Amino acid sequence: MDLIISFGTALVALLICLQVTVLLLWIERKGSALIQDRVGANRANLFGGLLPFNLGIVNTLMADPLKLLTKEDIVPASADRFLHWLAPWLAVFPLFLTFAVVPFGDVLVIGGREINLQAVDLSGGILFVLAMVSLGVYGVIVGGWASNSRYAFLGGVRGSAQMISYEIAMGLALVSVVLTYGTLDLQQIARAQGDLMWGVVPAWGIFYQPIAFVLLFIAGIAESKRVPFDLPEAESELVAGFQTEYSGSKMSMFMMSDFIEVAIVAVLTTTLFFGGWQVPFLYRDGFHFPGGIAVAVPSLVVTLLQITSFMVKVFVFCWVQILIRWSLPRLRYDQLMALGWKKLLPVGLANVAATAVLGLLLEGWTGT
Amino acid sequence: MILFWVVAVLSVASALTVVLHRNPVYCALALVMALFQVALMFVALDAHLIALLQVIVYAGAIVVLFLFVIMLLSLEPDVPHPGRYTTRMASIALTVVLGVEIGAAVLVAQPGALAPPPVDFGSTRMIGQKLFSEYLLPFELTSVLLLVAIVGAVVLARRRA
Repeated sequence: MDLIISFGTALVALLICLQVTVLLLWIERKGSALIQDRVGANRANLFGGLLPFNLGIVNTLMADPLKLLTKEDIVPASADRFLHWLAPWLAVFPLFLTFAVVPFGDVLVIGGREINLQAVDLSGGILFVLAMVSLGVYGVIVGGWASNSRYAFLGGVRGSAQMISYEIAMGLALVSVVLTYGTLDLQQIARAQGDLMWGVVPAWGIFYQPIAFVLLFIAGIAESKRVPFDLPEAESELVAGFQTEYSGSKMSMFMMSDFIEVAIVAVLTTTLFFGGWQVPFLYRDGFHFPGGIAVAVPSLVVTLLQITSFMVKVFVFCWVQILIRWSLPRLRYDQLMALGWKKLLPVGLANVAATAVLGLLLEGWTGT
Repeated sequence: MILFWVVAVLSVASALTVVLHRNPVYCALALVMALFQVALMFVALDAHLIALLQVIVYAGAIVVLFLFVIMLLSLEPDVPHPGRYTTRMASIALTVVLGVEIGAAVLVAQPGALAPPPVDFGSTRMIGQKLFSEYLLPFELTSVLLLVAIVGAVVLARRRA
């Protein structure tokens, strides 16, 4: 029974990851079309033209992946064949694993048995995410090197420098969050955001750590190598950067790792700053609105509401990232490094120091 | 126990690859593998925090920098070179010393029933408390050492520029 439960939660975590990734493909294509005022993907218009725009589901969800998977896989003649094959796996695999520690709901009670809605209940959850995200660099750097192409190589080198630089800002943002909640466990952090401030406002992390939120979001976008930080693949300078020499299914794996990184940034911001699976005023036995109005809700419905709330928040932040990606121009390389080292790093350090001092002064405000 | 043997064999194999492979990029990647195996050992020993830190710091940052430097210098696959006589002798002597040391340690060690670890062994809280009470001096000395290295790097970079 325990085995079935852990298998089930792991399956749900993996499905969340895959679904977000696939849906992001659609959101990005149709969203960019919306932003740039063009039609975009235009096959399979559902609901007979009743919607204001064409959904284009066949293009994005069926034709695109099929085309990528069945295309010829070209390996450059002078490439290092083994590493060229290995790099896409290195890029995708660790990112999949991050979803193992993401809590997508509170406990689900079935027949007196409490199921924690998280694939792996790891006490160092935040560190695990940080470790897996930092391992994602290898795909970029190895892929760039193994292709034996100048463009790909420059992209790989840029990517590794950029990701190491922004990992520090990201780590500092996470440190201040950890100081606030006094735990590294993502599930406990999500639970700690269930209370209310002054009886009205949900006590989400964004109200305690607004600066850390901004830092984490910027550093996260830089980690996912997207505009305005897409220098590793800057198409106007480097063709396609580290993935220039990749085609077919291997390229689609790099693309997938890109989308998973977007999803991870959204998941992290949701879990750390926007209450994770919390629905405002919803507790385990139902809604408790301020003013003493209570509505009882069955346990299963509570769980479904929590998972829905989690997914909605994740998609909102995915959409914000796509909005940023299609609105901003690319930074110059020196601007990128200056932003990471001279702005985000000092702000992050100051935020950690301020959090620590405040936490000591207002003892009891932090975990312990 | 099965985990230990799998990890042990893999870690020795990847460590040998680090030393013996001709291509420096493969050596660096094998080093990542070796570090990963050590992290798995830590997990098997209930030291989860140390294992995660091992992956973040070594595999996630330091070896990336190694690779970065190797690629920037674009080192060619190593051609076998004779090496200086003294270097060779020194390396052989050091290997022998290390071997004797490990052998002695294995012989002296008394494999017996180990006391079960305390309840929150390896937890972040426990490590933090130890680090900031019992081991405060070594901890602070290490941070001073790191600070010296950082300042040194900045000074060197300034002089070059």
